[in-house]
Amino acid sequence: MTKRNGEKGAGLKGAVFCAYAFVLFDACAGHQQSAVDPAGPQSGKIAVLWWFFFGLLTTIFLIVMVFTLLTLTRRGHRSGQEPLNASHLPPGADEKELTRIVAAATIATVLILFVLLIASVSTGKSISELGDKKNGMVIEVTGNQWWWHVRYWNDDPSQMLVTANEIHIPTGRPVMIRGMSQDVIHSFWVPNLHGKRDLIPSRVTTEWIEADQPGIYRGQCAEYCGLQHAHMALWVIAEPQAKFDSWMKHQLRPASPPGGPTGERGKQIFLNSACIYCHSIRGTAAGGQTGPDLTHFGSRRSIAAGTLPNTIGNLGGWITDPQGIKPGTHMATIPVSSEDLQPLLEYIEGLK
Amino acid sequence: MRTLCIFGVCFFVVFTSCQREKRDLRPVPTRLAIYSDAARQSPLRPGGAEQPQLRVTNPYNGSAYDIAEGERLYEWYNCSGCHSHGGGGIGPPLIKTDWIYGGEPENLFDTIVKGRPNGMPSWGGRIPEYQIWQIVAFIRSMNGQQPRSATASRADTIEQNPQTIQNRTGGATK
Repeated sequence: MTKRNGEKGAGLKGAVFCAYAFVLFDACAGHQQSAVDPAGPQSGKIAVLWWFFFGLLTTIFLIVMVFTLLTLTRRGHRSGQEPLNASHLPPGADEKELTRIVAAATIATVLILFVLLIASVSTGKSISELGDKKNGMVIEVTGNQWWWHVRYWNDDPSQMLVTANEIHIPTGRPVMIRGMSQDVIHSFWVPNLHGKRDLIPSRVTTEWIEADQPGIYRGQCAEYCGLQHAHMALWVIAEPQAKFDSWMKHQLRPASPPGGPTGERGKQIFLNSACIYCHSIRGTAAGGQTGPDLTHFGSRRSIAAGTLPNTIGNLGGWITDPQGIKPGTHMATIPVSSEDLQPLLEYIEGLK
Repeated sequence: MRTLCIFGVCFFVVFTSCQREKRDLRPVPTRLAIYSDAARQSPLRPGGAEQPQLRVTNPYNGSAYDIAEGERLYEWYNCSGCHSHGGGGIGPPLIKTDWIYGGEPENLFDTIVKGRPNGMPSWGGRIPEYQIWQIVAFIRSMNGQQPRSATASRADTIEQNPQTIQNRTGGATK
């Protein structure tokens, strides 16, 4: 009876394991943050490398497991025998033969490691040669605790755009991410587009990305950078050139004036509070540089670097209790009276 | 017994370091309280009788986290624009020991909140109170008024030496 139960338990465990494996692999396919669901030429090469590593290493793992099991079952047969003493050699084995086996296994291991090394280096090399870089655009991404400052470069200074936590890129055009950091080491990682690139204080690192298809891809800081490292995400939105151009044209405009009297009041509350020491809204007197630019805040997908969807309710929670949502954030807890909060929210959300 | 002793010491060290790194992440965002009575400049009072004086203490005194936050805010709110990194420039130096308007935490708080003649802006009602206390904690760390255990072992910026400061007149001599 107990044995039957044990078998049942093993069956159940197997089913759970299969379900986990399925979920794991399902999670890899067709999602917004996945290195094995490539959306560009760079990540395409990385995905091929990934599957090569996965295939080779899984095969080796299975071979090792088969030999381990064989050894274990062999030992089982010999359990009645005398324990080995003085020599670790099984009876009848030749010392020279054993040396040969060990040497062969070592050489095979070194060769496999070299194969992996060559595959990895050549993939890296071919990625660095990708793309028509003359046609490329430059986006400067600066890591901050815990958000992303984004600046689009242009030869014409009036066309340089500053935004935060959301990067729009045109499809089919190489984009250079010029990475920097304001405080500690961060790492820019949008798995669907490319590998990780560290953002290092007082140093510039670069990475070329390119999206083949329009889509929305999630990026994440990939280098532990403090309390809210996990809440340091960004969105990359790839769209056709024409759509990108109209987005850029809209973003370059100063903030739209508030729609009604409530929004107008919200604007006055904003400009008379501590908000302006850190945030800027182009077209108003608010010109703080240490926090994210809010000129077109209402057009962004999320607040607090991908922590919450951008809704008026979430924004209200974020302003009244930032430390409750993102403990340790540098967003200050500013006292806003209850009658001031609603106009303030309407104004900020109205910055489309 | 020896193991117990080592364990006891470790326990003690862990707890003292907890105290040092204690973070009040969720400050009570009170509106500015009136501390004018606390930051008195003169011990004389009309009527002569000794009155109980309200003592205000900086809640972030000796907290490494809040001193570091104060240092960040000192840059963010551009205190360094006038006071430099403690040596002064347009504004008086902050690494000195004699202060025009008093150097106790409550005096510094008062100075930041109300402003002072000849250029010090009034920050009261603008930046939240807990941040003012963090800045005060940092300023006090500049001239060694914070426990060494809570302050950074070296400055992030150019080290400023109190010996080069001319008191009262403000500004560095070199």
